[in-house]
Amino acid sequence: MSKKIKHSSGINLDRRTFIKGAAIGLAGTALPLHTADASFLDAFLQKHFREMRDEEIKKVIERLEKEASLEWKKDIRISATKAIPNVKFGYGLDLSRCIGCRKCVYACVEENNQSRIPQIHWITVLRFKKGEKWIDLENSEKYYNPKQIPEPGHFYVPVQCQQCENPPCVKVCPTQATWKDPDGVIVIDYNWCIGCRYCMAACPYGARRFNWAKPNIPTEELNPETHYLGNRPRYKGVVEKCTFCIQRTRVGKYPACVEVCPVGARKFGNLLDPKSEIRYIIENMRVFRLKEDLNTYPKFYYFFTGWQLKTT
Amino acid sequence: MIKNLLNALLQITKGGIKYYAWIALLLVLIVLGLGVYIKQLDRGLIITAMRDQVSWGLYIANFTFLVGVAAAAVLLVIPAYLYHFKPIKEIVLFGEMVAITAVTMCILFIMVDMGQPLRVWHILPPPIGKMNMPSSILAWDVVVLIGYLLINLFLVIYALSRLSIGKEYKLAPIFPLILISIPLAVSIHTVTAFIYNGLSSRPFWNASILAPRFLASAFCSGPAIMLIILQLIRRFSRIEVDNKAIFKISELIAYTMGINLFLLGAEMYKEFYSESIHNVPLQYLYFGLHDKMRLVPWIWASFIMNAIAFVIFLIPKTRENFVTLNIGAVLIILGVYIEKGLGLIVPGFVPDTLGEIYEYWPFMSEVIITIGIWAVGALLYTLMVKITIPVYTRELLVGGK
Repeated sequence: MSKKIKHSSGINLDRRTFIKGAAIGLAGTALPLHTADASFLDAFLQKHFREMRDEEIKKVIERLEKEASLEWKKDIRISATKAIPNVKFGYGLDLSRCIGCRKCVYACVEENNQSRIPQIHWITVLRFKKGEKWIDLENSEKYYNPKQIPEPGHFYVPVQCQQCENPPCVKVCPTQATWKDPDGVIVIDYNWCIGCRYCMAACPYGARRFNWAKPNIPTEELNPETHYLGNRPRYKGVVEKCTFCIQRTRVGKYPACVEVCPVGARKFGNLLDPKSEIRYIIENMRVFRLKEDLNTYPKFYYFFTGWQLKTT
Repeated sequence: MIKNLLNALLQITKGGIKYYAWIALLLVLIVLGLGVYIKQLDRGLIITAMRDQVSWGLYIANFTFLVGVAAAAVLLVIPAYLYHFKPIKEIVLFGEMVAITAVTMCILFIMVDMGQPLRVWHILPPPIGKMNMPSSILAWDVVVLIGYLLINLFLVIYALSRLSIGKEYKLAPIFPLILISIPLAVSIHTVTAFIYNGLSSRPFWNASILAPRFLASAFCSGPAIMLIILQLIRRFSRIEVDNKAIFKISELIAYTMGINLFLLGAEMYKEFYSESIHNVPLQYLYFGLHDKMRLVPWIWASFIMNAIAFVIFLIPKTRENFVTLNIGAVLIILGVYIEKGLGLIVPGFVPDTLGEIYEYWPFMSEVIITIGIWAVGALLYTLMVKITIPVYTRELLVGGK
């Protein structure tokens, strides 16, 4: 059955060869890398992260490091540090102090290799007019550009992934590409996500971001110290989110947003350690969590100290 | 028997100038759609108007509408097989083929909406993929849609292979499958409704009335499409479709549209009388929010079309007159397409969970890909009908022997 197709240029093309070529060509356009080589099959057949044994993870990471380094023209290291036993991370945010400077937003972008064009932010800082009804977030403003901060008559509510104990995004994911790791952080396997965006529909906090295009990061700004489930450069067509900087916090550092905050509004620690700062805040301050009526049980606590920068 | 089937398959190459022109038109539309889709694969979904605020759009809207069309085949299956209503029994095959076509289009719309279509196998059950059962409703949807597709394929192929050797098909061996297909038809649409319904973060969808409203509107639009298709088949082939069948279907539409409008009223009352914060998306849809009015003219057009169609199908005189009947059918198809398409998906995302209003409206790229998929559906159905008709009228038997 080798039916020949007469090509307009006079070349005889075997039909099967033609179909094969067309199929490979079509598949090629969908590759994360435009160089279709042997590793394509490895990438295509890669197992779910949680089903790989340690040595398999090592092998996959070696391949991914090579691929990423080639693609981003920089040596990229990918770690797979596991969650520390007896640790459950919690976050505190002092609403009395936040001045809406958004240094956290951009520190996060740099640390976590978010795409610059199109722009992806994991943290959103909402601005409210004082005295407005705000608990349903209906009266907030996302896009504002004041000459000076803090602005009189306003207050700010930064929102990022709340690392829910009962995360709706994990529940709805059809492929188990996202899950809650033992330290309570919700992570995504960027090599398993199919990009259906159901998790984005499910998240009550607008915390998940989709790579509508191939992420774009200047080589000199790329952070080469990455984690498989965290800040390694993402692919086009997958969802990403805040991971409390697992590449930092799992080796004992603070998240980038906590470190950069100029007014000390951001707190971070181990919820299982009764002597931690975050436990002190929960036990001694007026704390609340966003949209508590949805029963998602965030591990992100907003609180008030009454300590406030004077705005005149 | 195999020879007869092959003979039937060959029918797709035979036809008049109108047939070839129709096929050529569809092929052109498919190629155009495919061209834009390849661009989407290359550049990503950024070539659509979807963004993080409104992360589903025209593709999922079409998927939702078409699941309803597929489910509606059951409105022919029940009277045909369970009540042995002869005029409909003669045409039930064409309804099952609509179901096959609609589910195929659903799968295509899901495929073009995916960020990583090559990884689609991840959604299969272990050991191949890592399907998230029982927790993800999307996983359930995959199961029921594929189950429904296979059952309808089997029923159609079985009937055709019996007919192609000149025998009436026996009901007994396929009866269990027919029985299963009835709740499965209801379930594909219910499960699709539950995809949206189960999200507590989206108050517009998180209403208990959503699944019943889905079924009610589906049982209007699917049969309305059948009404048009049956008349076309009657005109272009020797198959006789009894007027009784057509009028029975239009009577059913009158009931389902009545229920659909009643449920809409019930939802409007609950939201607007209680004035809770949850009526914000509905307000956006019907009256606009903070001067953002993009969907308002569409949803009112949809409401008016559905209401006029209801009156047409309710009055026996107008539903038994083919001019008004066809006007009513077209109004329903358009009305439900808007209501269960963008009118359902977009307000789920507006305002978004942090209160932002991003007004989604599809880009030309999405529209062309969507038209391409509809052309695939039209082509698939045309070819299936082309094979079925001569088998059905037994033209082939005489010629073949």
